[in-house]
Amino acid sequence: MKIHRISAMFLRHIYLYRRSLTRLVEIFYWPLLDLLVWGFVSLYITKLSAEGKSAPNFLGIFLGALILWDILFRSQQGISVSFLEEVWARNFLNLFVSPLTIGEYLVSLMLVAVFKVVVVFLISSLLAWILYSFNLFIIGIYLLPFMLSLVILGWSIGILTTGLILRFGQQAEVLAWGVAFLFQPISAVFYPVSVLPSFLQKLAMIIPASYVFEGMRAIIFQKAFPAEQLLKAFSLNFIYLTLALFFFFRMFKQVRARGLLAKMGE
Amino acid sequence: MWPADTPLLSVKDLSKSFNSFQAVKKVSFELYPGEILGLLGPNGAGKTTIIHMLMGLTSPTSGEISIFGLNPAKPRQREKILTRMNFSSTYVAMPYSLTLRESLMVFARLYGVKKAKARINELLEQFELKEVADRPVRTLSSGQMTRLNLAKAFINQPEILLLDEPTASLDPDIADRTRTYLLEMKRTKRMAIFYTSHNMQEMEQISDRLLFLHHGEIIARGTPEDLIARFRGEDLEDVFLKVAREVRL
Repeated sequence: MKIHRISAMFLRHIYLYRRSLTRLVEIFYWPLLDLLVWGFVSLYITKLSAEGKSAPNFLGIFLGALILWDILFRSQQGISVSFLEEVWARNFLNLFVSPLTIGEYLVSLMLVAVFKVVVVFLISSLLAWILYSFNLFIIGIYLLPFMLSLVILGWSIGILTTGLILRFGQQAEVLAWGVAFLFQPISAVFYPVSVLPSFLQKLAMIIPASYVFEGMRAIIFQKAFPAEQLLKAFSLNFIYLTLALFFFFRMFKQVRARGLLAKMGE
Repeated sequence: MWPADTPLLSVKDLSKSFNSFQAVKKVSFELYPGEILGLLGPNGAGKTTIIHMLMGLTSPTSGEISIFGLNPAKPRQREKILTRMNFSSTYVAMPYSLTLRESLMVFARLYGVKKAKARINELLEQFELKEVADRPVRTLSSGQMTRLNLAKAFINQPEILLLDEPTASLDPDIADRTRTYLLEMKRTKRMAIFYTSHNMQEMEQISDRLLFLHHGEIIARGTPEDLIARFRGEDLEDVFLKVAREVRL
């Protein structure tokens, strides 16, 4: 063991943090998100016991929420990570010098996202049933619009992050793993929106996923179909998808003007 | 068939600036059917920027590009152009988790190639990749990767081929066979080839005409023999060294 060699490797990694804002932010990002999510979960449980209410079906809340959350995450990854795979493989230029249009490329990534979502959802649901006797299909046919809403939100986040990676290069690739989780605390995945402080409740109102998770809980506990909440979720999704596409096409135009598209592919 | 005396590709006063840096300055040239046009120049001369502008990867600051009489800046026309054109570069790879056959199938579909399987087999044979056809791309040597890129470049039987240092990592035998193949394509299919390389011997051997690019400007053009005579060099390599070291003649 030689100190100078160990210090060389230590320095090699510290140099990266000195120059990379994304790496620096990442150090604080994940602990903060974990603290927020699990802090609100704890608040929810504490609130329930303080009110003397009987414990709800936590299995349903947590497992159902986790499986549905994964739909959003996989949908987003289906776009951002599939895009990154072309960059990592240095195949990006080959694609964009073919007759493939950017619109066709995006549609293909959206289909990949749907494929990933279906496979992951089926496997997770089956495992939840085998391991915990939890049947997500108790939500019934309403599961489909919930899933679709999360898929569309995942597309929007995926397209947005891909636009950012396109513009800022591979240093921004950490966004492909992190951005979706930014929405987790305010999407009220594992607890109702009412647990959040009032300013975050206002933010939750503009996040389509919060309506999906509130809706899921309404079906499990009250056996009521939250049509109004789903409508709000789809309306917001429509706005976000349009904005994400607009942003992506704008970024694409910018990177072509700056010659960055070619640099990304080599 | 495209008339022999009409350029397939024509560039007029093409310029590209990145902020205050002018990478390409008012470049004009034509590429005719059945011609190999070589683009020479030291690193940073603007060769790759020109190729990227021809393919629509980088948008020009000013100037005109016409390919098959179409304008690549217009999305629908760009799509038509790229169906009839292709590109290969040593600096670009293929999807590393797919096998060679799968990779080529993806590109055959992208280019709408009919009888794709037969075309792929033909190219695997041509570029001596048949034995590794069902292996993942990531297991290829750099020479095999270059050949796979070339196979991809020929998949749609392009009328215009843009090649950015296509033989850079090939051994002399395969490089020579690749040049022979390019010359054969030029002769039999009247394929127009736009070519950059740092291998001066190769450029001298296969180019019909050469453009000498320096600091983003074309400072000389002509046949290899013309350039050697004009710059009073012993060969193209000697000419290149003189220009790269900025000896003004």
